[in-house]
Amino acid sequence: MAPLLELDRVEARYGPVQALHGVSLSVGEGEIVAVLGGNGAGKTTTLRAVSGLVSTAGDVRFAGGRITGASPERVARAGIAHVPEGRGLFSELSVYDNVRLGAFLQSGDFDENYERVQAHFPWLDDRRNQQAGTLSGGEQQMLAIARALMSRPKLLMLDEPSLGLAPKVVRDVFRIIGELNENDGLAVLVVEQNAKLALRSSNRAYVLEVGRVALEGPSSELAENESVRKAYLGY
Amino acid sequence: MIIYRSTGIVNFAQGEMATFTTFIAWTLVDHGVSYWLAFALTLVIAFVGGVALERTIVRRVEGGPVITAVILTIGLFILLGGLSNWIWKAEVRSFPPDRPFPTSAWDAGGVAISKQDAGILVVAVVLVAALWALFQFTKLGLALRASALNPTASRLVGIRVGWMLALGWGLAAALGAVAGLFTAAANPPLDPNMMRPVLIYALAAAVLGGLESPVGAIIGGLAIGVLLNLVVTYDTHIHLDLDRMRIPIAFVMILIVLLVRPSGLFGRSAVRRV
Repeated sequence: MAPLLELDRVEARYGPVQALHGVSLSVGEGEIVAVLGGNGAGKTTTLRAVSGLVSTAGDVRFAGGRITGASPERVARAGIAHVPEGRGLFSELSVYDNVRLGAFLQSGDFDENYERVQAHFPWLDDRRNQQAGTLSGGEQQMLAIARALMSRPKLLMLDEPSLGLAPKVVRDVFRIIGELNENDGLAVLVVEQNAKLALRSSNRAYVLEVGRVALEGPSSELAENESVRKAYLGY
Repeated sequence: MIIYRSTGIVNFAQGEMATFTTFIAWTLVDHGVSYWLAFALTLVIAFVGGVALERTIVRRVEGGPVITAVILTIGLFILLGGLSNWIWKAEVRSFPPDRPFPTSAWDAGGVAISKQDAGILVVAVVLVAALWALFQFTKLGLALRASALNPTASRLVGIRVGWMLALGWGLAAALGAVAGLFTAAANPPLDPNMMRPVLIYALAAAVLGGLESPVGAIIGGLAIGVLLNLVVTYDTHIHLDLDRMRIPIAFVMILIVLLVRPSGLFGRSAVRRV
């Protein structure tokens, strides 16, 4: 069976600067895939290339269709939810409005959808009228994920969910990602600097270096291989 | 303000857009269309025109620096002003042909309330309420607000941000047309420069009330109106000829509010945590 998401020699550029030099990777149905690498390796750009936020060459296929160069709106419609760098919340709007916006493309039963998402984030409804920008960093990350889930995605893309969060909160975030994957079979593509945690929570991983895939394999193998750890992952 | 809320740009051409569309209404009436039909047609034309303006010109500066957008709207202000002078020869026109509201007045305990002012007020309140409900309670309104606050995040949740911005311009143009038509009705004849003082008062009201808050803008408008009239009334005792100073006074008020309380009386300053 063809993978859910497949990138084939994808290149991306910001003006004159080429950020990706032919990245190929895939995410299968029900799989958690991690993308690792240092600053400027092209991790964020890889997600932006999928979402159509950066001009792209090569082949991006999702659920059987080609989405290279598609607008972010179309990619969202296709079933990819992208929680971007900095979480992309509407900080001036309430928690509830943020959640409603997550369901913008959904015409079905909102309450049932909301209940399903809220099961993972029980505190959400108590804070529904609070301005999203006044939540703590961890809560904002959770809200960003909750909003993404409201679109009933086939694939969830997370950009550095651990950034700036306390270790306990980071563990909570990854626990919820694991639950979503296990219970609902949600496919996840997660970009992380925290390699140790990302390898522990994912099925497979890619290591990027200056816009190319330097290494790929099952996460457990990468985590066990000491020379790989020293050379690429820095721990 | 609608454009500000739905696109994050302060549109300095708003007044000229209103004047321009009012002259369209005059042309329609001049060709034998009845007043209220011309009124409705003008709203539609203004809406379509606003959408078209955004799609063709304004969209090129969106996402760029704010100053570019501001200069563009000032450019539109000059362009539309020139265009209407060219088409309609910069002449004062008698419009509307008949007063759309009765010219008589009610006597409410010694205070005279003209039926025309009351009629205009009612239509204005209904329009503002309808718009407020659109922004506050509908999915479309939420999408409009979201598009202005965070275009990238809006696109990621599937909102067609480009069309939301165009819609914001269309709505603002239609509402501007109402304002222009009523300004002409309240102070006939139709003058090509009629919206300039109005725009300054409106800007003062919006800044005082907080650019984000529709309620604030209304209260700000009342406050400015009452204050200006008080100042002018007291001037009969001190003879400073302040009646001609209304616009400078409004400017001074804008300046004071921006210095003392930039978010306005009712604006929320955005609080962010990282």
